[in-house]
Amino acid sequence: MSAATIVSLPDQSTARIPRMNFMSKEKGLLSWLLTGDHKRIAMLYLVSITFFFFIGGALAGLIRLELLTPQSDLMATDTYNKVFSMHGIIMIFFFLVPSVPATIGNFLMPIMIGAKDLALPKINLLSWYLYMAAGILGLYAMATGGVDTGWTFTTPLSTHYLNTNVITTGLAIFIAGFSSIFTGLNFIVTIHKMRCPGMTWFRLPLFVWSNYAASILMVLGTPVLAITLVLVVLERTAGIGVFDPAKGGDPLLFQHLFWFYSHPAVYIMILPGMGVISETVSTFSRKRVFGYTAVAFSSVAIAVFGFFVWAHHMFIMGISNYSMLVFSLLTMLVAVPSAIKIFNWAFTLYKGSITFETPMLYSFGFMGLFTIGGLTGVFLASSGTDIHLTETYFIVAHFHFVMVGGMLMAFLAGVHFWWPKMTGRMYPEKISQLAALVTFIGFNFTFFPQFILGTLGMPRRYATYPPEFQVLNVFSTAGATILGVGYLLPILYLTWSLKYGEIAGDNPWQATGLEWQIQSPPLTENFPAIPIMDHEAYDYEWLEGQKEKVASVG
Amino acid sequence: MSDSQVVVHGAAEGAHHEHLPYQRHHFETYAQQSDATNFAMWLFLLTEVMFFGGLFTAYLIYRNWYYPAFVQASHQLNIFWGTANTAVLISSSFTMAMAVWSAEVKKKSSLVLYLVITFILGLVFLGIKTIEYSEKIEKHHVPGFHYSLQSFVNPQSDPEVYKEYKDKPLPYDMARHTEIYFFLYFAMTGMHALHMIIGIAILGVMIFRARAGAYTTGHVTFVENFGLYWHFVDIIWIYLFPLLYLISRHQ
Repeated sequence: MSAATIVSLPDQSTARIPRMNFMSKEKGLLSWLLTGDHKRIAMLYLVSITFFFFIGGALAGLIRLELLTPQSDLMATDTYNKVFSMHGIIMIFFFLVPSVPATIGNFLMPIMIGAKDLALPKINLLSWYLYMAAGILGLYAMATGGVDTGWTFTTPLSTHYLNTNVITTGLAIFIAGFSSIFTGLNFIVTIHKMRCPGMTWFRLPLFVWSNYAASILMVLGTPVLAITLVLVVLERTAGIGVFDPAKGGDPLLFQHLFWFYSHPAVYIMILPGMGVISETVSTFSRKRVFGYTAVAFSSVAIAVFGFFVWAHHMFIMGISNYSMLVFSLLTMLVAVPSAIKIFNWAFTLYKGSITFETPMLYSFGFMGLFTIGGLTGVFLASSGTDIHLTETYFIVAHFHFVMVGGMLMAFLAGVHFWWPKMTGRMYPEKISQLAALVTFIGFNFTFFPQFILGTLGMPRRYATYPPEFQVLNVFSTAGATILGVGYLLPILYLTWSLKYGEIAGDNPWQATGLEWQIQSPPLTENFPAIPIMDHEAYDYEWLEGQKEKVASVG
Repeated sequence: MSDSQVVVHGAAEGAHHEHLPYQRHHFETYAQQSDATNFAMWLFLLTEVMFFGGLFTAYLIYRNWYYPAFVQASHQLNIFWGTANTAVLISSSFTMAMAVWSAEVKKKSSLVLYLVITFILGLVFLGIKTIEYSEKIEKHHVPGFHYSLQSFVNPQSDPEVYKEYKDKPLPYDMARHTEIYFFLYFAMTGMHALHMIIGIAILGVMIFRARAGAYTTGHVTFVENFGLYWHFVDIIWIYLFPLLYLISRHQ
């Protein structure tokens, strides 16, 4: 790794955190709990989703420990069912869906478009309270016996055959859904109505574009999940049989309604992450993102296509061959906008002045792992191979490459990238580079063997497996241990840096976004006066010009 | 780098905005504020469309599959009360529109009057709905709770409905699917009624605030947005009424 760096920090002996900022403005717990400030709400979200991430992570640890041996020796098989169900539910609904939009997006999107706040601050706070209520209800359901339907609530399993806390968990997800609807709604309104003068649609940072696309999915998809869960709850309480074949109901209808949300939900999770990568790749190669317009539109294209591919989750559930054909084709089409992004990031790197700060390392991790995750998705989109591979560890590996290798890497890239802006202090560079590397290695050790296990035919969702699969499972569990270390490190050094980190100054990365032209941490109202955007996004020449101006005035 | 920031150009720094008292601090102008909140309301209604959309999808699929059962089950609905309720709801939309207009032209007493009428019409709707629901309970047509197929396997046991429609008995296998019809009936009208109840509760608060003069100062966004919600709930009913009551009347 070269010593080259773009980091430029103020002189540490004289630098200090600005006395007036959004954190120092008011003190006391109530000033946080009743705040309307998007930055404070983002911080509340950041703490809460980290908490849920570690609960979900602990459950993942239990899963991997159980799978160390072919027998079920750590826990009984039905406990295992509950553990993987709760792992999925917590990670998806309480971590991945809100991860980037509700934390980084909440903090930065208004600043990036030159606004003082989101359009609806109270709704923003409400969304956090709904999230917390849902999270606590979910934990309560887990503590009082858990749920073992898997995160998919497949009927009639969830409605007729299980005696676990399906209703409580269903309600928790219902409430979490509204939290996400309100975030999405707020984002769309803000992006439409709150842009500063001169901030045209094609001057928006790509992070804003991808959050916009994700918000469309949240607003249109989540209500369908909500009504589906209401139907499941009613079916369980009143036994009315709308999904029960014995009474003339159709379990496939549940699948259609559920995946109508839950497939777009995959893009709700990944799109904001892609936005982070656009920002970091541009900053750390000192170039405008190649094909800005194409990248912007590819986000919207993913959102639109995302609504027409849901039935690829149902290839083995008895849908007709014709719909298989159509959905298979449409699914493969999603690979096109995703590839546009990957290629454009690669071309951004081409002839750029690349430096390897931590956010960039995570971004490289994202690009490699997401590409593998995405390409294996094409295997699964072809109905023939899907019938062989679905419900095996191949699919587990596939979506963990996209969600953990992709989204979680992007989330960590974003947290490191904007940490100086959020807190005013730098994270320690060396150890965080190490953490990024450990995460990457641990991740591959954990999930690559699962591709092989899947092609060999090991089914998912069982606590036991034939002994010949043990070697690869031991690999996977060992990798998970490394991965766990990789995730614990940031928690430790980021907390440390809150007090001992170097003062970051306004623009440690020499980046172009509006958020880097204001103090860190920002003022409550973000800008001393509403800015006028007079240049394109990622315009490094403009930034140089600004510096010269300051030099000549100063 | 020194402390000097890269200067962000201030938009019209000298121009001091004339802030209306009800303008929230993060908006530049009041027009921006009302624009944004209006837009948010439309988006929220879009999510509501998707929410009800799941139920409409289920209705269309099962109607297609179990057509005879859906036809006969819908004959059980009381067309008189259904029509009356449609009229009540449309009138309430009219009074709500008048309320918005009164707020815009700052007529406090007429605003309060129209809100009160809307409130009462909303209650009348729920009252009529209660009459209809209790009919279903009496006939054991509530799915999941001692549901009875008597009216469908033996239509003559239900003389009032039989007199009007002369339905032929359904075979047991088809007759039992009427339960799905009634489930959808209760789910859809129930969700709709829930939206009415929320609306009426908000109306109650609005009446008090309107009497205190909160909406006749020129700041009408709240009344306007509530009007949108009320009309939306009305429109849902405008779709439910033909789908549940009307389209199978002559079959």
